[in-house]
Amino acid sequence: MPERLVPHFQEELEQLKTRLLEMGGLAEDRVRSAVEALVERDAPLVERVLGGDGPINQLHIEIDSRCFKLLALYQPMAVDLRAIVSAVKINTDLERVGDLAINIAEAVRRYLRHAPVKELIDIPRMADIAQRMLRNALDAYVRRDVPLAQGVLNEDDTLDGLKTQVFRELLTYMLQDPSTIEPALDLILISRHLERIGDHATNVAEDVIFMVSARDVRHHAGEVEA
Amino acid sequence: MSTDIRMAPLSDIVRPSDRGSGPAPTKIAVKGLDFHYGSKRALENISVDIPANLVTAFIGPSGCGKSTFLRTLNRMNDIIPGTRVKGQVLIDGHDIYRPGTDVVALRRRVGMVFQKSNPFPKSIFENVAYGLRVNGLARNRAHLQARVEESLKAAAIWDEVKDRLHESALALSGGQQQRLCIARALAIEPEILLMDEPASALDPIATQRIEELIYHLKATYTIVIVTHNMQQAARVSDQTAFFWLGRLVEFGPTDKIFTNPAEKLTEDYVTGRFG
Repeated sequence: MPERLVPHFQEELEQLKTRLLEMGGLAEDRVRSAVEALVERDAPLVERVLGGDGPINQLHIEIDSRCFKLLALYQPMAVDLRAIVSAVKINTDLERVGDLAINIAEAVRRYLRHAPVKELIDIPRMADIAQRMLRNALDAYVRRDVPLAQGVLNEDDTLDGLKTQVFRELLTYMLQDPSTIEPALDLILISRHLERIGDHATNVAEDVIFMVSARDVRHHAGEVEA
Repeated sequence: MSTDIRMAPLSDIVRPSDRGSGPAPTKIAVKGLDFHYGSKRALENISVDIPANLVTAFIGPSGCGKSTFLRTLNRMNDIIPGTRVKGQVLIDGHDIYRPGTDVVALRRRVGMVFQKSNPFPKSIFENVAYGLRVNGLARNRAHLQARVEESLKAAAIWDEVKDRLHESALALSGGQQQRLCIARALAIEPEILLMDEPASALDPIATQRIEELIYHLKATYTIVIVTHNMQQAARVSDQTAFFWLGRLVEFGPTDKIFTNPAEKLTEDYVTGRFG
């Protein structure tokens, strides 16, 4: 084989997309594991989540550096420019999701030191929704699918509602039995982290809509037709 | 876009900064090169190692010496009266300015493409066949035809001209003429291809084709390109050299030159704060 070729710009963009998806997959996995560790009371799994954010951090840096070079070397225009600027922002959101998985795992580690406060129903449901939002937002990114991205925005309200419900319910447990305060607070924190993950998925979806249609739907998402 | 020039599988596509296999071997080593037009010094103490099978771009403002330097690499300046060269240009370790150097043989190894496309007033076929004939490189008619076809394919123009090889080259568009000139340069199988503003007279689409062609060609050739267009240098090259007032100010990986140059002067130039 003679020598290598410098990538064509479109191939570079394709690689960027692939790396971003990899990052999304890692972030989603880590959220799933953290919540699974909670539901299954699996302490070793908690430790694996806590010790495993190296790959995601590495991708965070690599993706930023790819975007930086693409902007500097190719001076992209129009949809290509929006794709790269969106990638920078999505990258940051995904890295934050990875951090939130760590925060969840930390809360789970504390929670597992106590007896279960209650059967867990809403938190696994929140985790499902948050992961689905993240997955759909990334699918929308790959497929440039505005309606799918819009669906992610609409789901955020459900997640917010569940978080409020979890808080209220746990408040009653804490009032009845102060010994549950510590573990119940951790469950509230976990629901808060899951709700934040939904917010990051929402940001990704907003970036997708911007990338595809050049419309900025942040802060007035309701004005966008599905 | 023609499809024949996109052929690299993703796994083969690596920027020099991405590779783990160390720096590419040096094809052209320039050591302490001075160049004078009469009493005017146009190049001052240039030393640089140009890597094999990569694209090296020379950038800099008008009159900075980048084209002069390019022409020292195949002794094209020899034909200008009153010029003087000091220093060494080593290609594969051999000094091309050593007395007794066969300049014709040198230029066969170091092909050149100019700013203005300059096809001969002959047929498309004859333009490419010419160098093969005068250098005695064709064994027979069939071999000649095969080499012409190969060269036109390598220059990504075959599909556009295959049905009219015997029409005049002057009937081609500017972009096609330039690719024909590249085919003509490739026909005699040079190792190095020098390009002096190869796309500056072309429209954006034709320019893009030339740039994609450059991507493709470096698999086989060492390419050195002079360009006024900084963005073009950023897009096509692996290494960039910035010239200013006859001096080589900075030379390094293109991504470094355009994102974090070491020299203030380079930074001022690439950010347009120059002068």
